[in-house]
Amino acid sequence: MTAYDVESGDQVHPGDPVKVDRYTGVARINHWITAACLILLALSGLALFHPWLFFLTDLFGGGQITGMIHPWIGVVLFFSFLGLFIRFWRANLWKREDGTWLARLQDVIAGHEERLPEVGKYNAGQKAVFWLMSTLIIVLICSGLVMWDQYFAAYTVIEQKRIAVLVHAAAAVVIICVWIVHVYAAIWVRGTIGAMTRGQVTGGWAWRHHRKWLKELVSRNS
Amino acid sequence: MAFEYELPNPNTKNPTPNFGEADLVRRSASSVPAPARQLTPVAKLIDVSKCIGCKACQSACLEWNDKRAEIGTNVGVYENPPDLTPEMFTLMRFTEWVNPETQNLEWLIRKDGCMHCEDPGCLKACPAPGAIVQYSNGIVDFVHENCIGCGYCVKGCPFNIPRISQVDHRAYKCTLCSDRVAVGQGPACAKACPTHAITFGTKEEMKQHAADRIKDLKSRGYQNAGLYDPPGVGGTHVMYVLHHADKPEIYAGLAKNPRISPLVEIWKGAAKYFGLAAIGIFAAIGFVHHIVEGPNKVSPEDEENAKRLAGGGRS
Repeated sequence: MTAYDVESGDQVHPGDPVKVDRYTGVARINHWITAACLILLALSGLALFHPWLFFLTDLFGGGQITGMIHPWIGVVLFFSFLGLFIRFWRANLWKREDGTWLARLQDVIAGHEERLPEVGKYNAGQKAVFWLMSTLIIVLICSGLVMWDQYFAAYTVIEQKRIAVLVHAAAAVVIICVWIVHVYAAIWVRGTIGAMTRGQVTGGWAWRHHRKWLKELVSRNS
Repeated sequence: MAFEYELPNPNTKNPTPNFGEADLVRRSASSVPAPARQLTPVAKLIDVSKCIGCKACQSACLEWNDKRAEIGTNVGVYENPPDLTPEMFTLMRFTEWVNPETQNLEWLIRKDGCMHCEDPGCLKACPAPGAIVQYSNGIVDFVHENCIGCGYCVKGCPFNIPRISQVDHRAYKCTLCSDRVAVGQGPACAKACPTHAITFGTKEEMKQHAADRIKDLKSRGYQNAGLYDPPGVGGTHVMYVLHHADKPEIYAGLAKNPRISPLVEIWKGAAKYFGLAAIGIFAAIGFVHHIVEGPNKVSPEDEENAKRLAGGGRS
């Protein structure tokens, strides 16, 4: 059997209701460090992106400090996300049913889950978020280093820095939109947030949204 | 009528500044009310053909702005320091150029520094409200207490002028001695220049003076002598008289057609609004979707199915 979709720590606990371990404690801590960094980066970045939002610099103790710590938070996020990437990449590899799932996006949005193929630990939407986040974070850290004049001013010319600021801003807008999709999906699909807070979901949640994953876990138990 | 070279001495009796906050026409990352009056545009004219490279302007600049540059090392060029720094707002740049027509070696000396663009790229790029301002007389000034040291002005400037201090993390450049101009004096560099290669006055006067100089240069065989007042940035309030105005780039890389980079225009124009709009639209779609579709809840049947599958019963 393929352990393709199952991550270490995933475990079914029969009972009433059935409980399923979805994320280990370490994975959750890793996730929330990344989440905190992403939110702080969005706030400090937006503060310098549009004058309307400059007031956000007050959250960080003024414009100077905002500009100073933003890149450092970015470095923390990069390594924190790297941890998530190493943890989650296998289960996020694209599979045949993902194409079908994506083709029926209308049913997804309308909540007609019975019309969708059974999916493993992650559905195509989650995988898209994962790969978009991964790509955008690489784009952001690379363009960010070019903009980090405090230490790296001498390594690039001004024209390259101009390209970097534009790419950085565009990638940041896209990643914030991806983040909105990520957060909204977690709120909309009830029972999801527990996976990242307590580490568990109910069997019914797994049956409804990730049936293939649940079946794999059950068959592994028996 | 010959141009009056001598700048007036300071008026010690009435040092009240004759322009200030009320005369701002632009303020970075914020807006200003239209000023009630229009100051006469001023300009500094640098006649490259008269410069002897003595660096008195640099000394005067350091002196007036109370800057003490670190003692450097000789890197084998005449420039000292080798580049503009947060302390050195102006720099004589030296070029040895062989004129292909005459085979003469020409020693080109250009006093580099802020050009005080009519359309300043630094101000456009600046994200900190009030860190960069422009007065109606054309002076572009950095207000250091509002500066956050992000370096966006460096990317916005078409002339590579602003420098960020590693000491206080704020941006520095030539102020056109706005403090001196405000009390009726000219910039320190112009005051110190022994050959009157640097002159200061209203922009109109400076253009007329330049026209006289260009006529003189042409009569001496410099057919391409001309004024450098680049239209791409709306003209500048620091202008050059060049003996080879058709080739500004030979003067230590002076930009031929300077303008605010299109990348900066997009970054500070469309991107700003499209970016916020995109974020707003995504958030709004989520909100509306939730209202229309309601939450996606797990049903009791789902739990039953899971129980049947997991084969539990233990509770």
